[in-house]
This record gives sequence, C-alpha cells and structure tokens, in this order.
Amino acid sequence: MKILYPFVAVLGLILIAFLGVQVGLAPVFGIVFPYLALLVFIGGFINKVVGWGKSPVPFRIPTTCGQANSLPWIKQNQIDCPSTTAGVVARMFFEVVLFRSLFRNTQASVYDGPKLRYGSSKYLWLFALLFHYSFLVIVVRHMRLFTDPMPFFVPVLEFFDGILQIGAPTLYVADLILVGAVLFLFVRRVLLPAIRYISLPADYFPLFLILGIALTGILMRYYLRVDIIAIKQLTVGLATLSPTITGEIGSIFYIHLFLVCTLLVYFPFSKLMHMGGVFMSPTRNMANNNRMVRHINPWNDPSIKPHSYMAYEDEFREFMAEAGLPLEKELPAKEEAPVADEPTAEKE
Amino acid sequence: MMYDSGKIITGLVIFVIMITFPIWYNVGGAEQLPKVEKPVGKKECVQDTQFMRTSHMALLNNWRDEVVRSGERQYQVVEGVKYEKSLQNGCMNCHTSKAKFCDECHTYAAVKPYCWDCHVQPKEIN
Ligand code: HEC
Ligand code: HEC
Ligand code: HEC
Repeated sequence: MKILYPFVAVLGLILIAFLGVQVGLAPVFGIVFPYLALLVFIGGFINKVVGWGKSPVPFRIPTTCGQANSLPWIKQNQIDCPSTTAGVVARMFFEVVLFRSLFRNTQASVYDGPKLRYGSSKYLWLFALLFHYSFLVIVVRHMRLFTDPMPFFVPVLEFFDGILQIGAPTLYVADLILVGAVLFLFVRRVLLPAIRYISLPADYFPLFLILGIALTGILMRYYLRVDIIAIKQLTVGLATLSPTITGEIGSIFYIHLFLVCTLLVYFPFSKLMHMGGVFMSPTRNMANNNRMVRHINPWNDPSIKPHSYMAYEDEFREFMAEAGLPLEKELPAKEEAPVADEPTAEKE
Repeated sequence: MMYDSGKIITGLVIFVIMITFPIWYNVGGAEQLPKVEKPVGKKECVQDTQFMRTSHMALLNNWRDEVVRSGERQYQVVEGVKYEKSLQNGCMNCHTSKAKFCDECHTYAAVKPYCWDCHVQPKEIN
C-alpha cells in the first residue's frame, strides 16, 4: 500500500493532464498551472524557511565528527568540528556540494558469532550524488527553452551532455544517469528490509513523480517527439509573461509539464525542502564554540534576573548554617546577646 | 522574530533570483522567432510538414542507418515520388541554404547538429 498509493497517484496525475488536454484545457495546463505552481513554490519555500528562522535554537548543537578545538597540542579537525565561521562555511560547502555526511554512511550487519559489524556504505552517497547532479544538469539545460538568446553555459552543457553523439535527437547522458539513480534509490527502499520498514508514501511519491517526469521527458524527446519550436514559443512566452500557444503541441508535453508543476507545488510541503533545510540545519551551520563564546538561550525570560551563588547564599545563609551546609562566608559571629533579654535562660 | 535574519534573507533573495532566472534574463531581449526560407518551386517535403517539424532528425537518423548499413538509397513517398535518402543530395537539394533554413530553427532551439563536421553543406548564395 505504501508503494501502491503514490504510484497510483502519479498515474492519476498523468491521466488528469491527458484528459484535461483532450477536453480543451491546454491553456490551463500550459499557462495557468505553471504560474500557479511557481508562485506556490516560491511562496511556500520562503514561508517554510522563515518559519525555521523563527524557531529558537536554545544552544549550539554541534554534531562532532572530529576533534573539537581543545588544547593547543591537540589537533583540531577544522572542517568536521569547526570553531570558526570559516570552518562552518567549509563544512557547509562540502555538505551541499559533495554530500559529506552521506559519505559517512555506515551499514550495520550481524554475522556469525553473532558479531555486529559496521562497514562503510558508499552506494547511497554515490547514487545521491549522481541523482542530484544529473537533475541539476537537466534543469539548467532546460534553460534553452526559457531564454532567447541563450546564456553561454547552455550550449556548453548541451555539448557535453550529448557528447556520445548517439542517434538523433542525440542521447543525453544525464537522462540515463537520472533514471538509473532514481531507480536505484527506489530499489534500495524496496529491497533493504530496514529501509522498507521506515519508508512512507511520502518517500515513494517524490521518487515516482521524478521518475514520471524523467520518463515523460525521454518519451517526448526520443520517441513521440514534439514540435520544439512551438513549445519554445510557449515557454519563452511564460518567461516573458506573455504566453501564447501556437502550433500543434502533443499531450505528452502537457503531461510532462503537469508533473513538473505538481513537483513544484509539492516541494515546499514535503521532505524535498531539504534543499533549503540543509542550509538551516543547526547541526551543520553552527560553529562548535560553546567554550569560547557565551550563548544566551533565546527562550530565557528576560524578567528573570541572574541570581549568583553569593546572592543565593546571602539569602539562605541562616538556613544553610542550620542544616550544616558548607558556606563560603560564615554567619556573622553571634553578637553577645544583650544580657537583659534572656534572663530566664541564664537562670536555667 | 527571526534569528540570523540577515543571513536568511540574503539566502532567500539569492534563491528567488536563481529561480526566476528566465524571467529577468529575457527582459530586453526581443524574441526572434525562426523564419525559415521555404524552397521555391516545391510544394511538399518528403513527409507532411508537421511530421518534418517534429521528427526530421529521426528520419535522417533512419536514412543514415539504411544507407550506410543496408545500401538502400531510395526513399519511397506515398505519392510515388522517389527521393534520394541523402542529407547533401536529398534535403539540401530543396532546402538549398543551411543558414536560412536549418540553422534558423537550430539556433533558436540551441541544437548544433554535428553532421556538418563531415557532410558538405551547400554553398550559400546570397
Ligand atoms: C522547423 C525548425 C527546424 C528546421 C527547419 C530544421 N530543424 Fe533540425 N531540429 C529542429 C529542432 C527543434 C531540433 C531539436 C530537437 C530536440 O532537441 O529534441 C532539431 C534537431 C535536428 C537534428 C538532431 C540534432 C541533435 O544533436 O539532436 C538534426 C540532425 C537536424 N535537426 C537536422 C536538420 C537539417 C539537416 C535541417 C535542414 C535541412 C533541419 N534540421 C531543419 C528544428 C528544425
Ligand atoms: C522535394 C524537396 C524537399 C526535400 C527533398 C526535402 N524537403 Fe523539407 N520541405 C520542402 C518543402 C516544400 C517544405 C515546406 C512545406 C510546407 O510549407 O508545408 C519543407 C518543409 C520542411 C520542414 C518544416 C519547416 C517548417 O515549415 O517548419 C522541415 C523541418 C524540413 N522540410 C526538413 C527537411 C529535411 C531534414 C529533409 C531531408 C531529410 C528535407 N526537408 C527534404 C521540400 C523538401
Ligand atoms: C564522421 C563523419 C560523419 C558525421 C559526423 C556524420 N556523417 Fe552522415 N555520413 C558519413 C559518411 C562517410 C556517409 C556515407 C556516404 C555515402 O555512402 O554516400 C554518410 C552518410 C549519411 C547519409 C546517407 C547518404 C547521404 O548522402 O547523405 C545520411 C542521411 C547521413 N549520413 C546523415 C547524417 C546526419 C543526420 C548526421 C548528423 C547527425 C551525420 N550524417 C553525421 C559521415 C558522417
């Protein structure tokens, strides 16, 4: 069920777009939805990040994956446990660009003995990297459809992506890598029992959606083929806020576009927000400088004033003395009580 | 109240600028729709026009395979007219200018077919 429902949902989306275009709603799918989706994406993204920004982080949460700054003769791991802003920037850079924390992924396995063994497991890191970078290449390459004239990097990317010169239209390497990597990420969830157990529909849905986008794109480019010139008129029109639909555009294009719109709308409300979240994660973006800088918990009530130990002892000295607790400052030596006051005691 | 609002807002601004790249990048650049020069004296292409618009590269690819691998150089069209399966002696016989026909679309669509690395393009006559 956890796999079936998201799968059916994606099929449903495809059907909606297909039928919608059949009944003449092409302008809705080609013009209205893309704008709505972009607005929801940007608005939802900002809203989410601002929400995170408003959440107090009561203290530094360094996840120390290396030696913290300590005594001068102990070598600090500047990137894995940074104590300076520069170190944090470096850690963030490696995290965002190379997925450093995935690289540390380990796999626990039990074998005869029984013994527990932790081995390094780089597959997730490798395929995540392939997936994200091929996705990036594909998104940037799509700028050929949205800009006129094109920025210089689009033809460069086109050239390298089509460098195998297989067939016409030329095969893009990134298409293959993307589909392969998404399939790997899916199969990983299904085959590894532990991962399957914790996987939810919200984990499968983005995978199916992205796979759907990739496959409709591939189908459109290599098999069904559409009039790119007519499509570019629409897409450049979208970008210049004056969209028009001219010429014949196959429904496969609208299906592809509708899936992309769904992805954009779904994005800010799902786990995909890790795109913004990685920059906001306290365990990654805070310097481990607890012992150098005083951090004040934002939750502290400002009307509660600091109460030092000496003040505390001043307040409770008598009771403490009575209870026999050690004191920093002894009770003022009992003044000789005025004799007249305690005559009865003396008599006893 | 937002913590570190300076950094977060800077990040968000960069994000929005990147996402809206096509919108601001196109400002000022007038869209140049490709104006292809149709062959004079000929009415029909080797297939219907819509098919040619979407699939001429696949057709060329098939032609190339059939010619180079099986030596079939004749291309039969429904109306009984025969065309040579050839880039230089077929397409370019009618579409006599690469620059004013093929390139018009290709520049617009950012495709740069590498065919002309080997195949000879017709001399441009202006
Ligand atoms: C109506 C516009 C148009 C005209 C005219 C046109 N093409 Fe194309 N051609 C395209 C588009 C658009 C693509 C890219 C399709 C894609 O990227 O999916 C393309 C792609 C190609 C490709 C595949 C290139 C690649 O690397 O993928 C070849 C080969 C090709 N055209 C050959 C020609 C030749 C030869 C001519 C001239 C006789 C020509 N085309 C005229 C629009 C046109
Ligand atoms: C017999 C001459 C002839 C040959 C050979 C020929 N074409 Fe055409 N082609 C035409 C004509 C005429 C048109 C215009 C048809 C129209 O306007 O409906 C045309 C239209 C096209 C179009 C659509 C342009 C548009 O209006 O958007 C493309 C693309 C195209 N040809 C590519 C090719 C390619 C590639 C080849 C080689 C495989 C080829 N043609 C071979 C005559 C020819
Ligand atoms: C490495 C050089 C080279 C490149 C690049 C190349 N071709 Fe060719 N092509 C040839 C050779 C050699 C022949 C064989 C010529 C013959 O037998 O008549 C040929 C034959 C063909 C033929 C059939 C014969 C004819 O006269 O045209 C077609 C069609 C063709 N190529 C299309 C293409 C297309 C489309 C591209 C670009 C996507 C392309 N070729 C790129 C070398 C090349």
